[in-house]
Order: sequence, then structure tokens, then C-alpha cells
Amino acid sequence: MDPRIEELRALLGQGTAMPCRPWAHARLDRPQWERLLLLLAADARLELLSLWAEPGVVLCALRHEEEEEFVLFSLACPDGTYPALSPLRPGAVRFERMVRDLWGLVATDAVDLRPWLDHGRWALAAPMAARPARREAPPAPTDAPQPAFLPVEGESLHQIPVGPIHAGIIEPGHFRFTAQGEMVARLEQRLGYVHKGTLGLMIGKPARAAATFAARISGDATVAYSIAYARAVEAALGVAAPTRAVWLRALMAEIERIANHLHDFGFVCNDAAFAFIHARTGLLREGVLRAAATAFGHRLMMDRVLPGGIADDLTLLGPDAIERALAAIEAELPDLIATYENYASLVDRVVGTGAVSAQLVARFAAGGHVGRAASRGFDCRKSPGYAPYDALDFAVPVFAEGDVDARVRVRLAELQESIKLVRAILADLPHGPVLVPLAAAAGEGAAMAESFRGEVFAWVRLDESAILRGAFLRDPSWLQWPLLEAAIEDNIVPDFPLCNKSFNCSYSGVDL
Amino acid sequence: MWRRFARTLIDGPATERAPALPDRAAEELARAIEASARERLGRSLAIRQVDAGSCNGCELEIHMLNSIVYDLERFGLKFVASPKHADVLMVTGPLTRNMHEALLRAYDCTPDPKWVVAVGDCAANGGVFAGSYAVAGGIEAAVPVDLVIRGCPPTPVQLLEGLLALLQAADRPRPKPRQASAPGAI
Repeated sequence: MDPRIEELRALLGQGTAMPCRPWAHARLDRPQWERLLLLLAADARLELLSLWAEPGVVLCALRHEEEEEFVLFSLACPDGTYPALSPLRPGAVRFERMVRDLWGLVATDAVDLRPWLDHGRWALAAPMAARPARREAPPAPTDAPQPAFLPVEGESLHQIPVGPIHAGIIEPGHFRFTAQGEMVARLEQRLGYVHKGTLGLMIGKPARAAATFAARISGDATVAYSIAYARAVEAALGVAAPTRAVWLRALMAEIERIANHLHDFGFVCNDAAFAFIHARTGLLREGVLRAAATAFGHRLMMDRVLPGGIADDLTLLGPDAIERALAAIEAELPDLIATYENYASLVDRVVGTGAVSAQLVARFAAGGHVGRAASRGFDCRKSPGYAPYDALDFAVPVFAEGDVDARVRVRLAELQESIKLVRAILADLPHGPVLVPLAAAAGEGAAMAESFRGEVFAWVRLDESAILRGAFLRDPSWLQWPLLEAAIEDNIVPDFPLCNKSFNCSYSGVDL
Repeated sequence: MWRRFARTLIDGPATERAPALPDRAAEELARAIEASARERLGRSLAIRQVDAGSCNGCELEIHMLNSIVYDLERFGLKFVASPKHADVLMVTGPLTRNMHEALLRAYDCTPDPKWVVAVGDCAANGGVFAGSYAVAGGIEAAVPVDLVIRGCPPTPVQLLEGLLALLQAADRPRPKPRQASAPGAI
């Protein structure tokens, strides 16, 4: 047995065991937290999945890459500070900035503590803290402080500020490029524009009522979010969703994946001036959305997954509508892929563009197509795994190149796996009820669900009446956005849209 | 690719396939927009989309308007890249406090006459996000709204219906140039 994993388990045993299911959760004291930091420094296979807080308490979720061990650690911060993780795990930087903005807890020795979500425009400071501070004079909308960007030094550098409102139909965010001629020397992102205070709205609501908010953290991954949240609540309450509901959830999740991968494939090609592929994938995607509306009553299948099961059973017309949409994709996809592969001008744009190294992806523990395009094969449907995927046969495609092309290929391969999965689920769909009542019990639960972007992590804490007292939903983009900054370095400015589309990170998902 | 071109010669382009809008009502609606756009405005309407805080669900459906299935441009309605080129601001989301200034600036950049379409339940009144410390409310908290298209998110057909209503509204006397809410007036 690896001595370091033994040390991790020992630390789990020494901390105060918290009643979290199914992930072990240990509340550490400060010396133990310091030992956790030493462990992180010594063992690169220990990945930081998430960092968040409750009033006066900071929490983190870790995964041991080889042992497939998923654990939570937390630390009470009576003085409002905690030792930072960011010197050891670069992915922690934005989490620490977010924790300070929302809960007022400050990471000591942090790499970067500039504000992140808080643009100085709210009437409250640290709005999620036990006692948020009221700002003396809430700033007028046009009178907010200017952000500070990292300094860039060198000859012939110029800056290109972009956003928050972009030229296309996309979410708002600010990109500050520093370029030398056409070459990007640095990109710095500034997000937080669509911060809606969603977590704050969830706290104090019954677990099922709060599902509305989980479904709207990132609308394009609404099914995956709802599944992650529902599974965390069910784990906390010790309730099992009915088998049929679990299978129908997976059906919806795979349909969502198919629709989004078609969308992204089309958009990447469109940004390389191949509007033709974009036009065809748009048509196919519309077919999928209409099938979803026929099968589940909503084109994006929003609010269909609830803690305790799903809102409504699959309609009678659903399976045929889904099969027709899949058949249309299968009939056309080989042609579209051949077009993608056979046009030199398209290949020239995507191959070698926006490459991210496997080492960097591993350091950030980035999931989804960003990870799988650069040798990190993590897919939470396989590990830790959840029903019904344990009963289904599917492959997780992994590529090594880490460029725009690899990210497209991951999507194309997953799209085809998802088509197989949808058919397998429809063929073996168990019978029975689809929704059970929730028990009223106190508890804590953590869960993941694989969205089209990567794994969505959910954590909840409920009181005796199953009212939400703590919640965090971590979008996969938290660990992907920083890699986009790395991907564009030494690429030309006009390739940025291509890189950006190949990542397709969520703004709303990380802005919360 | 050449096979596809050949097939297209036989099948005809996807855009002209009217069943692309399967709903008969939608088909009529599409024709109606075309007619009234020509009659009433005698020109095309340029739309600038602004996400003022949405969960991105509305954007997914707005995207579909540009797809070959709905092909918005055949009605003379098209999306443009700058508010300076726009007649219509199509705004989604609850208005987050962090987007308030950006929306005001986009509105001020849009030449008169201009219309604001609030898309989605959140844009109407803040939706489920109303009351949050980070949300100012619906889009009206910052700029005057001419039309609200409800839905969470509205479907492409609902969006088309809404745009028709806008074209009818545009038939009424032109609105006087208005000022956006004064800074700090919320």
C-alpha cells in the first residue's frame, strides 16, 4: 500500500467525522489542515476538485487519482482565515477569490486575492457570511471600482480589451489580451458579470424547491446539474430514487450531451468559416430538442429531474421521437466528419491550435473534453460511477494532443457513444414509479454527474426538516477556464474564438 | 461534399422546406412577419442580443433562430455584432448588478429609434432570481422595455411570435427618444 494514501486515510480518521454520504468528510483542526497541505505538496496525484465555504468554515473536495478515493475536508475559521491551497494547486486560485467574495474568509499566503465575483456593485460585502456587512453607500451602477489586471512587461505590447458584452450571442465576460503584433502574450479573464446570488437563494428553501435553482446554474447543462443536485440530496437524506427514474435521468443526460456536442461541433467549424457544418448540426440539434420536448415536455428538459426521482414519466410518443432524431444524426454524421477531416483549410485552423499540455491539465484536474483531449480520462460516470452507468457498456474516448482538434474529436466520439447509450437505455428501461417522497431528516451529501462539459459536483447540508442550510454546485468550467488562458498563449488573436469555442466554458456556471 | 451538393439539387435547400417549421401556425406567423416587415418598416430590423445575467438557457434558443430551421434573416431580421448597428436590443437574464452598467452603455450606444425586447421570465421581472442581493430585477430596472417574451426559456417559435408583436408595435407612432434610468436611480 502506498504510504501517502495511508497518510490521507489516517488524516481522515484523525479529523472529526462529519455525517456526509457517500463521501467521507473530516473536520480538521489547524495543525491537521497544515498536514493536509504537506500531503498535497508531496503527492501530485491528489487532485483538488473544489473549494467552497459555509459561514465560518472552509471545505474542499479531493480525489486521489490512482486510488479513486473521493474525500472532503473542512476547517473552522474562527478568525476568518485559513491556510491557502493555491500555492500547491493552481486550480484553487479562483475558488479562494470566490470564497473571500461570498463568505469573507481569507486564504493566508494565497497566490491571488483580488476580488473575483464581487465587482463592488452589491449593497452587501460577503453576502453569504453569517453576518454580511452592509456597504455604507451602495455604488451607483456606473460608479464601480475599476478592476486591476496583472502587469505585463515587454516591448511592443498592446492591450485588447474585449467584453463584457461580446459580439456574438454568448454570455458576458471580460477578456484582457496583451498581444505582441498578432501573437497573444497573455490573456486574463475577468468573470462574475452574471453572478445572480444563486447559492444564497437556495439556502433556507426545502430541498425540492431549491432544485429550481440548481437547474438554472448553467442552462445548457440543466439536466446534469439537476442530477448532481438530486443525488446529493438523496444521499443526505438516505433516500433512493426509483430505478426507472434513475434510468430516465441517464436518458435525459445523454440526450443533453448529444444536443450540446452537436452545437459545439458546429460552432467550432463555423469559427473556421465552415458555416456548412454548422448549418447541418443546427438542423440535427433542433431535431434532438424537439424529440426531448415530445418525450419529456421541455426542449432543454429543465426541471424534469427532482430530488426523489423525476417530475414526469417518459411520454408514449417519446421513444419513437428520440429514435427518429438519432437516426437522422447517424445518417448524416459520417458525412460531416468526413468534411471536417478532408478540408485542408479547416484542418489547418484546428490542428495544433490552442494546445494545452497533459501536465497542465493534470495540475488543474480539468475534466470533460478539456481533460480527455489531453490524456486525463476522468469521467465520473465510470469513477466513482453511478447508476445506471454501471449496468451500461460505453467507452470514454481519450486523446493526447490537447488542441482544438482533439477537443472536437472527443466530442464527436462521445456523441456516438451517447447515441448507443440512449438506445441501450430505451431497450432496457425498467418499469415502476418515477418519484418517491423525501424523508425529513438532517444530513449532508455529495455527488457528481457528468455533464457534456465534464463533471458537475454538488454538495448539500440539510437540517431536520430537510431545509437546505448549505449548498455548493461546482461547474466543470472552474478548472477549465484558467487553461483557456494557457491555451491561447503564443497563438494569434484571430484564433481566440476557435479556442474559446473548443473549450465552451460556462460563464453562468462559474459566476453562480 | 459533392454528393451532398448533388443531393441538394434534388431535395432543394433546407431553408425553403417549409416543414422546417412543422407547426402550421408558425408557418403563417413566419409569412406574417415577412409581410409586415416590408409594409410597415420598409426595411430590416437589426437585433443586438445582450445577456444581462441569464443562465444561458435563453441564448440556446435564440441561437436556433439563426439555424437553417428558423432562418430569421429571411424575414429581414438579423443579429448584429454591435449595439451601434442595432434597432432592437434583445436582452435576457435577470439584470445582475454586475451587468447593470454594461447594459446601460449598450442602450446608450444604440441609435434612436430603438426598441428593447426582454426575453425570458427572468428578463421580465427577475424570475426565480428576484430578490437576490446580486440582482436588480427585470430588464426594466435599467432600460425601458417595449416587449416581453415570456418563457423559461421561450421556444424559437415563441421568439418569432414575439418579434411579430414587436413589428406591429413598431407600426404605432415612433417612441420619443428616451433616457435610460439615471445612474443610481434604481
